[in-house]
Amino acid sequence: MARRLGGAVFVLWATATFTFVVQLFMPGDRATMIINTQAGNLQSPSAEQLAALNARYGFDDSYLAQYVRYIGDLAQGDLGISYNQHQPVTEIIAAQIGPTIVLTLSALVLAWLISLVVTVLATGRDNAWSRAATGFQIVTAALPPYWIGTIFLVVLSVQLGIFPVEGSNTLVGTILPAFTLAIPLSGFLGQITQDEFARVLDQPFVTSSRTRGIGDLGVRLKHVLRHAVLPAVTLSGWALGALFSGAVLIEVVFSRQGIGGVLVQATNGRDIPLVTGVMLASAAMYIVANLLVDIAYRFIDPRLKSA
Amino acid sequence: MSTIAIDAPGAAGAARIGALLRSLPVGVRIAGAIVALYLLAAVLPGLLQPHDPFATDLDAALQGPSVAHPFGTDQSGRDVLSRVIEGTRQSLAIGVGATALSFVFALALGIAAGLGGKLVDGAINRFLEVLFAFPILFVALLFVAVFGQSVTTQIIAVAIGTAPGYARIIRGQFLTVKGSAYVEAARAVGHSYGKIVRQHVFPNAMRPLVVMFTLGVGQAIVWASGLAFLGLGVAPPSPEWGALLDAGRAYVTSAWWLELTPGLAIVVFALSVTIVGRHVQERLEGKVKVQPL
Repeated sequence: MARRLGGAVFVLWATATFTFVVQLFMPGDRATMIINTQAGNLQSPSAEQLAALNARYGFDDSYLAQYVRYIGDLAQGDLGISYNQHQPVTEIIAAQIGPTIVLTLSALVLAWLISLVVTVLATGRDNAWSRAATGFQIVTAALPPYWIGTIFLVVLSVQLGIFPVEGSNTLVGTILPAFTLAIPLSGFLGQITQDEFARVLDQPFVTSSRTRGIGDLGVRLKHVLRHAVLPAVTLSGWALGALFSGAVLIEVVFSRQGIGGVLVQATNGRDIPLVTGVMLASAAMYIVANLLVDIAYRFIDPRLKSA
Repeated sequence: MSTIAIDAPGAAGAARIGALLRSLPVGVRIAGAIVALYLLAAVLPGLLQPHDPFATDLDAALQGPSVAHPFGTDQSGRDVLSRVIEGTRQSLAIGVGATALSFVFALALGIAAGLGGKLVDGAINRFLEVLFAFPILFVALLFVAVFGQSVTTQIIAVAIGTAPGYARIIRGQFLTVKGSAYVEAARAVGHSYGKIVRQHVFPNAMRPLVVMFTLGVGQAIVWASGLAFLGLGVAPPSPEWGALLDAGRAYVTSAWWLELTPGLAIVVFALSVTIVGRHVQERLEGKVKVQPL
């Protein structure tokens, strides 16, 4: 476990370093860029203006000094100050991340539910339902979530008026965005669990459970499912990251409050501390999720406990 | 399309192509025909356009889909179907460009890891693992923020976002081929390292990449359109699909066709490419394992 934690810290450090290195390739003078972006047109800033910004963000220091300060601040949970909002990035993220996390987690749960139900009911049965389920998974896995979201919004909110048109963070307002995010992921997870489920169905221990008189559904739920979920559980860390970034798009579709609007605005305004801050928050989430997956794995497959 | 990808050896006569077409499942034939139609739209858009994509007609502004305008008209009365067809070339170019650039990065990393020693492989593998901590979209957003908004940035952003996934697959390919029995046999017969790499490892490890590239173009277009949807792509006057999505967003509650029809063009293309690509892949390598990019 200590080894795992060490690995997690390494990945976090490496992701921070990556975001820092990418910034070094930024064309032009950074203080001028900040002034231009804020004004919305090309300015000819005075030397004092530039000097003030350079002093504020430490752009005059050597790259090494800037890097050491960046990593040092990060270790203390300081993500720097937003170029455009002039507030600490951690405060901006903390104020907006709540609804995004609720959306991400609801979508993860929904995606798992959909893919498991389809897997248990449809795998290994040669009938129209089973083929329809497979087709559904291939199609949904290829759909861009923003397009599904727009269809939901147009049909269910604008035309039929079942759901609110303006995004809200209430339970009802979360249903459509969560389904939108969950559907492509469920198609993807479903394909993986179905492959594994079909493989496990042919194993000798399944035949032996059947000969002991356990019903088909019982065999599927009690004996096969536990094995079939493992490959997709491994992907949960990745899935959480994909959902979190997908949530950014979906929040824009449903004009929902959350980190999405902040991130798009920050990217547009080239507010790099804010963009990297959100990226690092997402990377941290990925790392924590992977640690949790390791723990969950031992519960699902007890043979790994001794290892 | 599919006949080229399968790469039939020798002179592929008309009879041969006919037999091949008949052997394809109906779904794959339809998907192939759709991809061909898109290619036609990219090369000769005028052949398919019912109207001039730039001709404005304010009397016919914001009309819903009809026989005359299957995709409706926009706020200036321009025919949306004709505009979507006009945008095909640029959208496909962005997809192909981003995938090609992504493959350049991925090949450099994947080949170095696959052929380099344990140290190089370990370092590159670690680097890729770190990149996987970032969702593709966020890597793309970072590049847009650092380099500013433009078509070039959009292509580079999608390329860098998707490259780690391809690099991992390419690395795996090289490692599998390097450890295969025929490479061992070639070594046993005394072939030099260079000859083995040239004659055995490269051709075999690269073969699946043709299909991977085709699938990648569909995915790249979806990613690029996602950036465009957020208003971070090509500037609006152009009828590129992502730009149409971006422009249509303002009308989603009043004129839904402006947002949904360019999206439909993207989805149908991505799906058709996926169906054709997967079929070819299964023919070449058997059952395909699903994995995240």
